[in-house]
Amino acid sequence: MFQKLTKSSGMTALALSVLAGAGAGTLQAETLTIATVNNADMIIMQELSPKWEKKTGNKLNWVILEENVLRQRVTTDIATNGGTYDIITIGAYEAPLWGKNNWLVSLDDFDSSYNYDDIFPTVRNGLTADGHLYAVPFYAESSFTFYRKDLFKAAGLTMPANPTWTQIEEFAAKLHKPDQEQYGICLRGKAGWGDNMAVFGTMVNAFGGRWFDMNWNPELDSPEWLNALTFYTDIVQKYGAPGTPNNGHNENRAMFASGKCAIWVDATSAAGYIYNPKESSVADVTGFASAPSEVSEKGNGWFWAWALSVPKSSKNEDVAKDFLAWATSEEYINLVGEEKGWVAAPPGTRKSTYANSDYINAAPFAKTVQKQILSADPANPSAKPVPYTGVQFVAIPEFQGIGTYVGQMVSASLAGTMSPSEVLKASQNYARQEMTRSGYIK
Amino acid sequence: MARQVTNRYRVLVTLAAWCVALTLSFPIIWTLLTSFKTEIEAVASPPKFFSFDWTIENYFIVQERSDYFHHFWNSVVIAIGSTLLALVIAIPAAWSMAFVPGRRTKDILMWMLSTKMMPAVGVLIPIYLLCKDFGLLDSRIALVTILMLMNLPIVIWMLFTYLKEIPGEILEAARMDGANLKNEILYVLVPMAVPGIASTLLLNVILSWNESFWTLNLTGANAAPLTAFIVSYSSPEGLFYAKLSAASIMAIAPILILGWFSQKQLVRGLTFGAVK
Amino acid sequence: MSTLHSRRAAKVMLTPSVLLLLAWMVIPLGMTLYFSTLRYNLLMPGATPFVGFENYYWFFKDPAFGVSVLNTLILVGGVLITTVVGGVLLALLLEQPIFGKGVARILVISPFFVMPTVSALVWKNMFFNPVNGLFAYVAKLFGFPPFDFLAHAPLFSVIVIVAWQWLPFAALIFITSLQSLDSDQIEASEIDGASKFQRFIYIVVPHLTRAMTVVVLIQTIFLLGIFAELLVTTGGGPGVASTNLTFLVYVRSLLQFDVGAGAAGGIVAVILANIVAFFLIRIIGKNLEA
Repeated sequence: MFQKLTKSSGMTALALSVLAGAGAGTLQAETLTIATVNNADMIIMQELSPKWEKKTGNKLNWVILEENVLRQRVTTDIATNGGTYDIITIGAYEAPLWGKNNWLVSLDDFDSSYNYDDIFPTVRNGLTADGHLYAVPFYAESSFTFYRKDLFKAAGLTMPANPTWTQIEEFAAKLHKPDQEQYGICLRGKAGWGDNMAVFGTMVNAFGGRWFDMNWNPELDSPEWLNALTFYTDIVQKYGAPGTPNNGHNENRAMFASGKCAIWVDATSAAGYIYNPKESSVADVTGFASAPSEVSEKGNGWFWAWALSVPKSSKNEDVAKDFLAWATSEEYINLVGEEKGWVAAPPGTRKSTYANSDYINAAPFAKTVQKQILSADPANPSAKPVPYTGVQFVAIPEFQGIGTYVGQMVSASLAGTMSPSEVLKASQNYARQEMTRSGYIK
Repeated sequence: MARQVTNRYRVLVTLAAWCVALTLSFPIIWTLLTSFKTEIEAVASPPKFFSFDWTIENYFIVQERSDYFHHFWNSVVIAIGSTLLALVIAIPAAWSMAFVPGRRTKDILMWMLSTKMMPAVGVLIPIYLLCKDFGLLDSRIALVTILMLMNLPIVIWMLFTYLKEIPGEILEAARMDGANLKNEILYVLVPMAVPGIASTLLLNVILSWNESFWTLNLTGANAAPLTAFIVSYSSPEGLFYAKLSAASIMAIAPILILGWFSQKQLVRGLTFGAVK
Repeated sequence: MSTLHSRRAAKVMLTPSVLLLLAWMVIPLGMTLYFSTLRYNLLMPGATPFVGFENYYWFFKDPAFGVSVLNTLILVGGVLITTVVGGVLLALLLEQPIFGKGVARILVISPFFVMPTVSALVWKNMFFNPVNGLFAYVAKLFGFPPFDFLAHAPLFSVIVIVAWQWLPFAALIFITSLQSLDSDQIEASEIDGASKFQRFIYIVVPHLTRAMTVVVLIQTIFLLGIFAELLVTTGGGPGVASTNLTFLVYVRSLLQFDVGAGAAGGIVAVILANIVAFFLIRIIGKNLEA
């Protein structure tokens, strides 16, 4: 603070005196600024972090934001070398790209107690670029199908272990009772490449489509995409919860947990919340099946990891690394298990979690989640060959722009303001334009 | 408008006015009520108005998650700092335009206002880069400066229209008595302009307090005011209406209370030269 | 009254304000203008080659551009009409001899003190939400299916939220203005046998014209840049149904990180805003001539 004050000596004395009075801060141990998403697991991390603060004497300043806002702020900061944050929360899309851009500190040198080999190789690979690990996984997820066993039983329905989207629609039709505030299916619809495009991206894979052909020509106007979008629009409009075009993961999770959805296809990481009787009123009546497939079983469940990372612009690199090693360690997972109940432990990152009988006993979904995550194959996401990696995203920098645009258009289709074919035509044009501008299409 | 009114008319307009007043303020009242409910009661159907178990737990949960007073203090410094700074710069300018108008005074005034038409998003990246280069990201100084510049045109305009109403003869009388420019401003003008300055100050504190573009985009943790505090509640973790309500009330209460106490001041000066 | 001495002093006193505002306008705008000619994407570090008007070309070609200009006008227009008409009616009502006037007035002006993010969050979740919102409950009470405001009437919803915030401001200015209404004139007109309605049209409305121009000018300045309300509620959607120019620039430069395209959009927005300002200020400048 003091340094900042002296730098701007051009300010008037008035402002200075006002500010100096306010800025008399502490000068002891380091204070880190950490930016993270307002997902349940991160809120737990915040609640438990005083333990680390007490142990090390450092202090954390939390910036907790909704996913899209977080992404915008963190990206702006890191790309301009702003240095506002010491620790950032990024995903499997950003970590390798930003690592390659030389924006992130490599995290290969934690001491041996960290046990890198305990991390699932899929997850580790997803956060690695050029042989360096650029972010350490906080939790990892695939997607699968939640459903209400009680409602299925009452209606005489059986959920197969590997349902198709067509079957899901049939079930949703039978269980959709809006007058009782019970909706056939809850799906994300909020625009954003991490929101509706996560669900829709896997739907496209299941319907046999892909983002680009081997020459990077976009295929958004293909019949597979049209089938997928027509299906998505149809199921949401007929059997979806009202408000779907504005609902993201958190909104759906709240609705499912309060018993308003019969089926919900979303992140496996939500299982810890749904099966936690303290948070959810459907903990004992929820079942799960794998993510729906349709004509293809490839890429029907997504792969994502939320990970912590240190920007190169951080002035407190070492302390930040120390926090990362703590927050993504086996020790931390055990701490959550003991303090918050094992069902709430951050899933999907470490083998030791799935070897822990406490966790397996508390989390009936554990084995299925493990299988889903390990079977996700980002290099091979579609029935057709692709030039890219990533299941529900395409690991190139241009994707953020394209995915954002397509996500916006798709939400218009869900709301009924544009038809699926109009949406895909506009999206294809945009994708082609962007790919041409960036030189993929010659 | 002192006219004879019947009691019946009085009762009727009173009823109408109160209906309108309660309707308009209902969202705030409803938020206040919800902040004292449990999360389950907050989404109860039918909605509960007063018959619920009142609790202040939500306020504690919110405080535990994000240090309210840190953000509150940032808001105070930024809102008041930027307004005072703007006043210091604006008073001489408004004085000179009001009492020594030139051919271009009106053009200058309108040009000043037009700088406010610049959409903030369009210049975010440049400003971000400038702040970075001066080491001012996530600092109150940057926000005080930017909000001062944002509000300066309005401040000048308000003061100008107010000062213009002050008859020039009084100043001339003062000058005859041998007052120099400094004394003229300090002892004659300022006292007469106090109501105008006060309401200018109030309006701009309100505008700065509520400004939610720069305050969100240029802060991280250190300088984040209440606008940033509320954004972390923008999507739910489970049921969250009660917590959202508590956080909302905490964010708006200070300025709401200030506004209530000073509404008379505000009304007196909010003329923008419109009263004639 | 202006001596040479005071003229010079006046200039000196005006200078800081003018210089500051000039810098505030020229520096960021110059940088934006410069960026708008580059191929500059935050996600792709490295060279930022000069591309001339390419960014403008793509920005104008984008179908969202036309929609966003229209949406901007609808938003500004919708809120202005609502607040001016509503504000006059409110002011007239609050000038009546009512019991507990002070408290009623406080309740009416309260929404003006609520920060945009808070009011957008409250409206979105507690009123417009089609599952848990109050409007959904009321609809069900009367046997209607709940209406999804943000998906099916996004612009209308945003207008409601913004108008709610600005209505008190308009009412405040009109109240101030009404208080200076000449009561002799009113009484004279009463004696002449003018009806209440005639009085309103021929005396009150003309008296309020100046106040109206002030309300329109100030609100337009703020309404052209509506952002937080959109970000929190509809996110500009569905599709681009509630995207205004400001939000479009935001999407380009901060969601897609195409700073070049965003800068081009920013320049276009500045130009359009200045066209609006030009007409507005001409009309209003006349009205404010003292």
